[in-house]
Amino acid sequence: MDINSILFPVLSIGGLGLVFGAGLGYAGKVFAVEEDPRIGEVTDCLPGANCGGCGYPGCGGLAAAIVAGTAPVNACPVGGAKSALAVSEVMGVVAEEKEREVAFVKCHGTCDVSASKYTYAGIDDCGMASQLAGGGAKGCSFGCLGLGSCVKACAFDAIHIENGVAVVDDEKCVSCGKCAKACPKDLIIMVPASKNTRVACNSKDAGKVVMSNCSVGCISCKICEKNCKFDAIHVIDNIAVIDYTKCKDCGVCAMKCPKNVIENPKIKAMKEKKAAEAAEAAKNAPKETEETKTEE
Amino acid sequence: MVQPNLIMLVLAAIFVNNYILSQFLGICPFLGVSKKVETAAGMGAAVIFVMSLASAVTYFVYNLVLVPLDIKYLYNIAFILVIAALVQLVEMFLKKSSPALYQALGVYLPLITTNCAVLGVAVVNMQRNYTFLASVLNGFGGAVGFALAIILFAGIRERIEFNNIPKAFLGFPIALVAATLMSIAFLGFQGLITL
Repeated sequence: MDINSILFPVLSIGGLGLVFGAGLGYAGKVFAVEEDPRIGEVTDCLPGANCGGCGYPGCGGLAAAIVAGTAPVNACPVGGAKSALAVSEVMGVVAEEKEREVAFVKCHGTCDVSASKYTYAGIDDCGMASQLAGGGAKGCSFGCLGLGSCVKACAFDAIHIENGVAVVDDEKCVSCGKCAKACPKDLIIMVPASKNTRVACNSKDAGKVVMSNCSVGCISCKICEKNCKFDAIHVIDNIAVIDYTKCKDCGVCAMKCPKNVIENPKIKAMKEKKAAEAAEAAKNAPKETEETKTEE
Repeated sequence: MVQPNLIMLVLAAIFVNNYILSQFLGICPFLGVSKKVETAAGMGAAVIFVMSLASAVTYFVYNLVLVPLDIKYLYNIAFILVIAALVQLVEMFLKKSSPALYQALGVYLPLITTNCAVLGVAVVNMQRNYTFLASVLNGFGGAVGFALAIILFAGIRERIEFNNIPKAFLGFPIALVAATLMSIAFLGFQGLITL
């Protein structure tokens, strides 16, 4: 066996490799460019599958886009909330300084409290339905159609249709805002997670129209505005709007609202308790009178 | 050395022997980077750049190193080595000299290392014993065909997003169906040019 038949390939390919390697090493120094170290850190937070599911070429591509600010921190559909959290930690400032926000659906017009104009039997897509006559089947043209375009947009399983209206799970919400973009009615807003007082109505119709469509709609009576000590709630375009920079989350507006449009868990519990007590009292009262009657 | 009609060569490489749609090479980036037209165009441009250059360099490596030493059977290893090194070099060079161009296509460059269409074109050039000019033009044409296919495909996928697709077909399945239909469309070019 000719030793050259081994030697030549080894030497030539090895030589080529060496030449290229040396060339690259040299080129690496000549063309050295300082890179944002965060790109590497963000890449480490991503799953590293390079699947391209985000629309960027591999995890490195997405990391660069995130650092450049052109992609949101939760753009990776594979890593989900976990990688989004890790990435937001690397990106730091934005997530820390800003108070956590959650999406909120400004409509509580469930099937039993709101009227509907007709029966919609089309494709389950709010965008499609809102193009139809009257802006969808719902009696109120500002309300939630409940076809779940926001549910489809949510990658974190944080928004669901309950009794015909979308409801956000505050615990799961990562405030990506995708549901807000998906909603053709612009019903979904981002609110500070710490503020529990929220106006659950989006109707810009006049009070009378609202009354005929929905029993939990804002009738722009301005009682909340008059009762707020902090000048934080105003009726603008026939709808109460809370200014969260001023709101102290006291819940007075929720207390006074005659239609229970303003949501606040504490006040709600209080009102429910009162209602239960009243019902109890009403239940007991006739008995007493009956007893007194029999005595007579 | 063989030098066919160069215009016909380029046209054949783009339409008739399209690397993706009729030779099944480079499917990975074709599916991976075809969600947006913009990124697909970036990938296409990067491939055109690297494929033309790789055709030229592999021509020299093959004819000046492998042939004289009579180790042609090592062409696969040698070509991969060349392509990998070349992609790295091009990336570094672009990063330094033209950040704008690097921004436009830089992120797709590393992916090209694993693009088998680049290796495929080098091997085809070698097998058909093309001249230097024919090799480079074949590489260029092949890459233009790749870019054409991926950009058209990205356009289709962008529109697919708006459709109401059955759940079982969402994502890659429907993309593969679309790719198949596109491939059948390109079958119409078959036999148009024979080199």
